[in-house]
Amino acid sequence: MRNPLNKKVTEIQPSGIRKFFDIVSEMKDAISLGVGEPDFETPWHIREEGIYSLEKGKTFYTSNAGLKELKEEICRYLKRRFNLSYNAKDEVLVTIGGSEAIDVALRAMLDEGDEVLIPQPSYVSYLPCVTLADGVPVIIELKAENDFKLTRQELLDSITDKTKILIMPFPNNPTGAIMSREELADLVDVIIEKDLFVISDEIYAELTYGGERHVSIAEFPGMKERTIVINGFSKSYAMTGWRLGYAAGPSVIMQQMLKIHQFAIMCAPTTSQYAAVEALKNGDADVEMMHDAYDQRRRYLVKALRDMGLECFEPKGAFYVFPCVKSLGMTSDEFANRLLQEEKVAVVPGTAFGDCGEGFLRISYAYSIENLKTALERMERFVKKYRK
Amino acid sequence: MEREGQARSQLKEEILKAIDKNSKLEAADLANMLGSSEEEVMTALAELEADSIICGYPTLINWDQTSCERVTALIEIKVTPQRGEGFDQIARRIYRFDEVESVYLMSGGFDLTVIIEGRTMREVAMFVSSKLAPMEAVLSTATHFVLKKYKEHGIPLVSEVKDERMLITP
Repeated sequence: MRNPLNKKVTEIQPSGIRKFFDIVSEMKDAISLGVGEPDFETPWHIREEGIYSLEKGKTFYTSNAGLKELKEEICRYLKRRFNLSYNAKDEVLVTIGGSEAIDVALRAMLDEGDEVLIPQPSYVSYLPCVTLADGVPVIIELKAENDFKLTRQELLDSITDKTKILIMPFPNNPTGAIMSREELADLVDVIIEKDLFVISDEIYAELTYGGERHVSIAEFPGMKERTIVINGFSKSYAMTGWRLGYAAGPSVIMQQMLKIHQFAIMCAPTTSQYAAVEALKNGDADVEMMHDAYDQRRRYLVKALRDMGLECFEPKGAFYVFPCVKSLGMTSDEFANRLLQEEKVAVVPGTAFGDCGEGFLRISYAYSIENLKTALERMERFVKKYRK
Repeated sequence: MEREGQARSQLKEEILKAIDKNSKLEAADLANMLGSSEEEVMTALAELEADSIICGYPTLINWDQTSCERVTALIEIKVTPQRGEGFDQIARRIYRFDEVESVYLMSGGFDLTVIIEGRTMREVAMFVSSKLAPMEAVLSTATHFVLKKYKEHGIPLVSEVKDERMLITP
């Protein structure tokens, strides 16, 4: 029999998360701090609107790019929150979560051999998506001493003649790093001068703390025409299971993305789209409530980790902290595995998000304070034991 | 000085929001959550108590799940307001009874909502007929018994909370 498989696909490494998930699943009554999704249920008024749409028989395909009403609400939202102006008619595409938007954007823009800059540590799907789209992933290793932000020099050092796209994963999963207006401004002229395109994954845009609101790189003059903004409903409205996201960008790229989406997906789930309209229209208070709860847990967690003697830079976004465990003389994997075996607490090794995550752990605070407290007590016992 | 006062009242507001649904949170934890110090939180709590803003720390119990007999009744009362006192005096006379759980002054078709807790329906009925109804200012009462409690103080009494998430996700 011939090999039934595609070489590109078989060569993709399974994610480190997956490996660790298999181990954790075997462990009964482990407390997990390893989840990358909100602990809140979708606010009831949003769920109710989804249910109502089903009752009314809204069970058909929508247009490929998404419900007109939803696209208009998305444009209003992007204007209201991030000062971005898009035309609902041809600059917005509603997708199956932010993940599809990333995949489709890469496929629409890459030719074989084009290089894509991927700052790491970052979300696990950028790299395989680039590979699947025939692009060449080029990793930029972000550094703890820069608070895991992308610097101008790091960007300059990574650009070659073949570089086409820069992925901007901020607010960042797993580090919690954000980029301020000034820090973005430092990159913009390089991007324009080197004629790069940007895929800006802003799925955590609502979750920034300490008074700094998220700034989209697309807001800078000259950037809108070379940026695809990725966002969605999973994190800000606690709607992960609804699988709904979107991309906004220049129509010349969006048209081609729509083509792929149209043939591969047809349209995003209709029920989710109706629920999302309600989320954007009447969900601001929910976003704020969840934001404030995350912020309290963030402070609580950072303080507790520092009190344990773990180095931990202050995360200003998303819902993760990224403490360093090098002082204990263990690798990320060792730490995570032993913590799981000995104290039954699951955290994700930083290496799951790129090699430069070595020595770090991703701890999620999408959990109640009580839950965090128990887990932290166990973790403290563990750290004390190995510190001697 | 004014700034300090503002920060203080903001802290108080944040404390209230945090303990509204969970009064078990310890001062040290509250301090960490709100980026404050334990002393500041303790002081704020003491002041909130002194000002009767925090009036108590009761526990939300679903008695239906226990073997204790307990019935709750909601009583609509029409009263004659007292000169110079309005409804306050009659409300006070009513809420001083231990059987009375809550008293609210209402707009609309009647004046006071009184929530009574008793061991049996008979006990509640006796209380209404022998204590409430005969009061001089009370014009009429209408008693409604609670059949089942679903949600109180913003918390569903039948716990639906279960973490359905996968243990590790990217």
